[in-house]
Amino acid sequence: GSKCFEQLLLQHPSVAAGGIHRQIGDRSWQISDFSIRISCFSIHLVSLSLLQKDFVPFLLNFLREQTSQILTNGPSTPAKTPNSKAPGSQRTGSERRAGHATSSRVQLFSQRTSASLGSFITATPDALPARRGRRKGGSSVSASGRQVARDLGRSLAEEEDGKNDSASWSGGRRKRSEVPLVSARSPPSQLNLNNLEEFPPMGAASGWTNKPSRRINPTPVSAERPLSKPKMCFTSTPVSQSPAARFSSGSSLEAFTAVQEGNLTSVISNSLQEEREMLKKERYSLRISLDPGTPTKPSYTRSASLPAESHLVTCANPTKVSCKKQLECLAQLYSSCIAENLVPNIFLELFFVLQLLTSKGTSTAEDGDSDLEDNERSEGKQHFRSVHNCVYFAVQVLDYQIISRLEKGMLKLLAENERIASFSPTLHERLRQAYESSTAKVSLLLPCSVQSVSFQPETDNRSNFPSDRAFHIFKKQRDIFYELLREWEDNHEKTGWDFERVLGNKIRAMMAHLSATCNHSHFARLFQKQLIQMCKGPIGGGASWGDTPDQDVLNMLGSDNLSRLKRLQERFVVPQSIRGPCPPPSFPGCQQFFRDFILSAGSYQFNQHLMDSLCLKILELNGLTLVEHEHSDGEADMDEQDEKKRFTVVLLSLRLLAKFLGFLVFLPYRTVEQPTRDLQDSAVALRNQTLPVLDVLKLLRQSIRDQRSILTIPWIVEYLSLVDHIAPFLDYYRKVFCLLLLMVLSEDKEMSFLNKLLILAVLGWLFQVASSFPSFSHQDSVPLVDQQLLYTCCPYLGELRKLLASFVAGNGAKNGGFIRKITPTAAESLAPKTSVTQRKLQVELEQAFFHNQPPSLRRTVEFVAERVGSNCVKHIKATLVAELVQRAEVMLQEKVKEEDANHDKLLEEVCTHLYEEGAQALIKGREFCKKKGPEAVRVLLPEETSAAVLNSAEDIAVELATEKACGWLSANIAALIKREVKATFSRMLKVPGLLLPGEDALESRRDCPPDCQHCAPFPSQIINEIKDVLCVAVGPRDEDEVIDCVWLECLLGRLSQTLRCRKFMCPTSEQQLAKCTVELASLLVSDRVPLSLGIKPPEKSSERLRVKNNPTYGLLKLLLSVWKEDFGTPVPVQLMFSKKNIGYLAEVQQREWDLFLFMLNGLVEHELMRTGEVESCLRSLKELPWPSVSN
Amino acid sequence: MKLTKAQYDEIAQFLGHVQPTRQSLRKLKEKFPSQSQSTLLSIFSQEYQKQIKRTHAKHHTAEAIETYYQRYLNGVMKNAAAPILLELANEVDFAPSLMARIVLERFLQEKEQAIPSKTLINSMLRDPSQIPDGVLANQVYQCTVNDCCYGPLVDCIKHAIGHEHEVLLREMLLEKNLSFIAEDQLRAKGYDKTPDFILEVPVALAVEGHIIHWIESKASFGDESSHQAYLQDQFWSYWNRFGPGLVIYWYGFIEELDCHRERGILLKDCFPTDIVTLRHSMAQ
Repeated sequence: GSKCFEQLLLQHPSVAAGGIHRQIGDRSWQISDFSIRISCFSIHLVSLSLLQKDFVPFLLNFLREQTSQILTNGPSTPAKTPNSKAPGSQRTGSERRAGHATSSRVQLFSQRTSASLGSFITATPDALPARRGRRKGGSSVSASGRQVARDLGRSLAEEEDGKNDSASWSGGRRKRSEVPLVSARSPPSQLNLNNLEEFPPMGAASGWTNKPSRRINPTPVSAERPLSKPKMCFTSTPVSQSPAARFSSGSSLEAFTAVQEGNLTSVISNSLQEEREMLKKERYSLRISLDPGTPTKPSYTRSASLPAESHLVTCANPTKVSCKKQLECLAQLYSSCIAENLVPNIFLELFFVLQLLTSKGTSTAEDGDSDLEDNERSEGKQHFRSVHNCVYFAVQVLDYQIISRLEKGMLKLLAENERIASFSPTLHERLRQAYESSTAKVSLLLPCSVQSVSFQPETDNRSNFPSDRAFHIFKKQRDIFYELLREWEDNHEKTGWDFERVLGNKIRAMMAHLSATCNHSHFARLFQKQLIQMCKGPIGGGASWGDTPDQDVLNMLGSDNLSRLKRLQERFVVPQSIRGPCPPPSFPGCQQFFRDFILSAGSYQFNQHLMDSLCLKILELNGLTLVEHEHSDGEADMDEQDEKKRFTVVLLSLRLLAKFLGFLVFLPYRTVEQPTRDLQDSAVALRNQTLPVLDVLKLLRQSIRDQRSILTIPWIVEYLSLVDHIAPFLDYYRKVFCLLLLMVLSEDKEMSFLNKLLILAVLGWLFQVASSFPSFSHQDSVPLVDQQLLYTCCPYLGELRKLLASFVAGNGAKNGGFIRKITPTAAESLAPKTSVTQRKLQVELEQAFFHNQPPSLRRTVEFVAERVGSNCVKHIKATLVAELVQRAEVMLQEKVKEEDANHDKLLEEVCTHLYEEGAQALIKGREFCKKKGPEAVRVLLPEETSAAVLNSAEDIAVELATEKACGWLSANIAALIKREVKATFSRMLKVPGLLLPGEDALESRRDCPPDCQHCAPFPSQIINEIKDVLCVAVGPRDEDEVIDCVWLECLLGRLSQTLRCRKFMCPTSEQQLAKCTVELASLLVSDRVPLSLGIKPPEKSSERLRVKNNPTYGLLKLLLSVWKEDFGTPVPVQLMFSKKNIGYLAEVQQREWDLFLFMLNGLVEHELMRTGEVESCLRSLKELPWPSVSN
Repeated sequence: MKLTKAQYDEIAQFLGHVQPTRQSLRKLKEKFPSQSQSTLLSIFSQEYQKQIKRTHAKHHTAEAIETYYQRYLNGVMKNAAAPILLELANEVDFAPSLMARIVLERFLQEKEQAIPSKTLINSMLRDPSQIPDGVLANQVYQCTVNDCCYGPLVDCIKHAIGHEHEVLLREMLLEKNLSFIAEDQLRAKGYDKTPDFILEVPVALAVEGHIIHWIESKASFGDESSHQAYLQDQFWSYWNRFGPGLVIYWYGFIEELDCHRERGILLKDCFPTDIVTLRHSMAQ
């Protein structure tokens, strides 16, 4: 067994790196193997009548063994049958020889397997008529496997009733085994706990891959387990109408007897060697019976069949096929098993067949090697030892059953297969035709360009948080979360990068912050949304190839995307990319981040909130209406395509969410090792008392009732795939599993094959992988299903198909279909209160109206109502509420100014005042809906809709929308107004600018002059230049450093332009300009600015004599004019009287006081200051200390 | 203008210990005539700020403060008109505005017998006329006016430049008929992080093939440290909320920093010319 794992490990090194989860998974594999083994001996003693169920495992094992040599492409296909890990040392020589060939690949077939196919085949015809007279002339190979299953179920159930309670599933530890009766009698003490291979130490297990290496079952042949011996008793149980009946010719009583003897012997035998001998004998005799002319020898060895260049693909040749007849029979038999859902996992078998189809094999092995031929003759027929035979068989199987019902996309892929073309031209032709008639469309599931979750004010802004602090902390947490995500993206693939080591503490710090501010719900929502955002894609969101097998099915089913089929093809053909059809549950790609995040966070609060969030989303998605299509001419096609796409998205999201929910729910109970029976019993007793987080049973039942299990089962499977060891034994989950099994066994030919296939595939996978779910083939567990349940559910099962067929196949539910539920809208109706009966009547009328209309009408009306209602609320917010808030702002501003009032009280007052007007919202809302509803309905309904229908639809839409909108408004308008006013008020208090008198703000918002080209210098440029002037004026400066007077004049001219163009001006710039120019003026009047006169013509400043001599006057005049004309903000001219600026003045000679006087006059003249103001400023100057006066 | 890391390093190295005066700026322009003045000034300012951050603590020890204050007192005693504070700042390699602040704080502390409030200090720095001592007022004003990296005037200029470029960008968006939500509208709606513009309908850049949801205007040069800080405080936050976007460093950036394109933060030094819009909205 461990060799197998090693091999897998080598083939898939990527899976070797395992986290806790994987480790758990590995361990549980062993455990389930062990339980299978228990069950396999148990079965033997239960009842002879039950043993026909062994036929399927037998057949599957037989095929696996036969093909083991040839299948080098991809991982071996597990079969869910009892498995042995008997150490080689315990094997006898013959066993070893026989086992050697298979041990590293498909190994592990029970002795019983190699016993003979013939024994089954031969036994059948005799038994068949005896048990059932129903068989109708062998008309159909696939007549009724369901019947078989039911019969089986019933007989097993009877068995159960007849015996004792120990058979019940709730009977503790032994429930895990398929047929608990015997396992109760074969206590665990019989197992060799010291057997390292069966119970390897944990360290060994951790090194294993997470590959399911569930191999087919060698029956353990050890002394400790005397009961494990071939089950060959098929006397009383016919294989019903099994196709095997066709093989009636080879009947042999001897063979039958021999088998029985063999069994009896081995029961008694305590000696391994004896048993070996017995088996050998048995095998020998059986072979003779089936193929008397060919004495056989144990199989050839692996080394002989696998040359070094095994990677070369052999060219399969139909003419080289040997034993055609047997292969055909086998194919028929096998196809029937698949068709009747008798195989544990239909997908697995499909995978196996495709493996055979694409098998590589070797050229030496088949081209008449005489040694081998000898071997063959002496040991037995190896039907599958050549590629030719394998391909032949595969093509036969495909031709029979599976392929005829496969989806077009898959056919296309197969049509391209040249082997099919050469082996079966007719099949190829059929495939080709299907390919050509296919209307494949390229899926539009494009990767989302946005990787983050968008910020939505409705849910994310301040009003959604209890406090500013909580809001701001969450702002930080959001950013930290993405930082972690990016870090992970960048580094997680690097060697040595460890999630917990690098991110663990950061995550926990984040959790602590979240806890401190009770922000978990917000974060959980973000987390969940991000999860969907990143991982909803078809391949788990990551670039890595980490999809589950059912994903392939989905791909086959849901989309005809050629590229995906190519990928699928690659996966079948390229060995390295094949992970096998039944990987254990995993978190591929980006999902890994989210899982590790949860583990590292280790936060109870977070997990709880996340579960809440996931449940909510799951319920929401699961409740989405799957719409059936009107089966009208062409246009349904489009709907169908859209609907498929939508369905795919929803289904994938659901499965993702459910997987994480399952992970969280069962996380606390996860154990590395299988608990002992005592522990399990007490755990079961304890946990039976608790309620499940999400009532999956109810949802499952509902989905079956509502015929929408195609949506529900796949995600429930994901959820259940993560159960801990105990959970399957809880009453609740037992019911869930039983119900799921029923789904597998139910047979309804009307159901869309693809839907069924999906369900079968996911369930097959679940039963294959669920960590501690009893790994039975489903027939076995029928008796464990509550009988009541069986009969209650079955009638619905037929109905179920109709929906599903209508969904995927687009058949449309012409006779009613399923009933859509109307989403509840307003909590309280605002319609005038009519009598209850009247209202009821109205509702009935409405339902009646929709009943005979196409479903799209109802969908449209509901959609319009929902949107218009919602838009109405938004509109009211944006108009009426905004208006009221504005008014409140004005009122508040006045009141805040006039008194030092209590803010809360003030707010309350203002709001109360507004509430009355808020009542208008309802009137306006009604108007809005009345106007918008009909518009929308009219646009959306077909042009040809009759006026009456249109009117009714409009009315209903308006009513629903009004109800929704007004219901919300009447309940919330007051709170909404208050919230908005409060927010505005606190903004107002925070930003002092808002409290300034309104005129100023208004004035600074002046417009540009009408013909403004917006090409004035930028304010920043002007400030900068003025600053430079100030620098020179204030000093220090170079000796010869001067400012060109003309240039300065020019600067002031540009300043004027800049101020006139308002485009780039902002209040701070303007204020700064005002301040700077006042400073400049102060420096000018105190002659601090070293002006160069340049070549200034004297006549230009001829106004007055002194002005003529001093260019400063011109500059001052310019400044006065700019202050007066161009500034929008008040200019702080009074700064010129500040101590600092007067200080400059105090130091200058008499002449410059003239400039100051000139300035004062100018200020008054330009109405920048009133005379009185100037006087008061001058008076206050006297109070300053005048150091220079004393001089 | 994009600079390579090497080009940038050359400039930064030259700036080693240059004082933040207009004289230094003049030299810088002479040394790198091919670079735009705004770019040079922006780099200069950033480099100087880095230097100040490194030495900030050393100028704020009690001893240093006392020394500076005494030197100021002695200086103005001798000659009140001399640029005492400015020269002191240059001498000890500290920003004049910050030196002014230290001395002003110390002065007020002595005068009021209490530690003055930050608001008071800031207000006095903005308007030195409020400083109760005429001589100190002059000295402080001289410092703030001459400082080209720190101080209220420089802050105001930076703010003005930022605003002007936002307006420019807005004009360009309007010209291209791209509808957007501006920062103030976003704030009013309660967004916790707000880029300058969110495009209501995202656009793509033809050459790079990147989708853009938001645009942030930065009227500065994008050097390593400022870019890292912006990424941390702003750009990633925008990405986290709105998806990929565009940052325009109007005064250029170090080419090598444009390394998050694939993930969704694109750098440009001008408004892109290869904008592709969604066809639906084009038709309207």
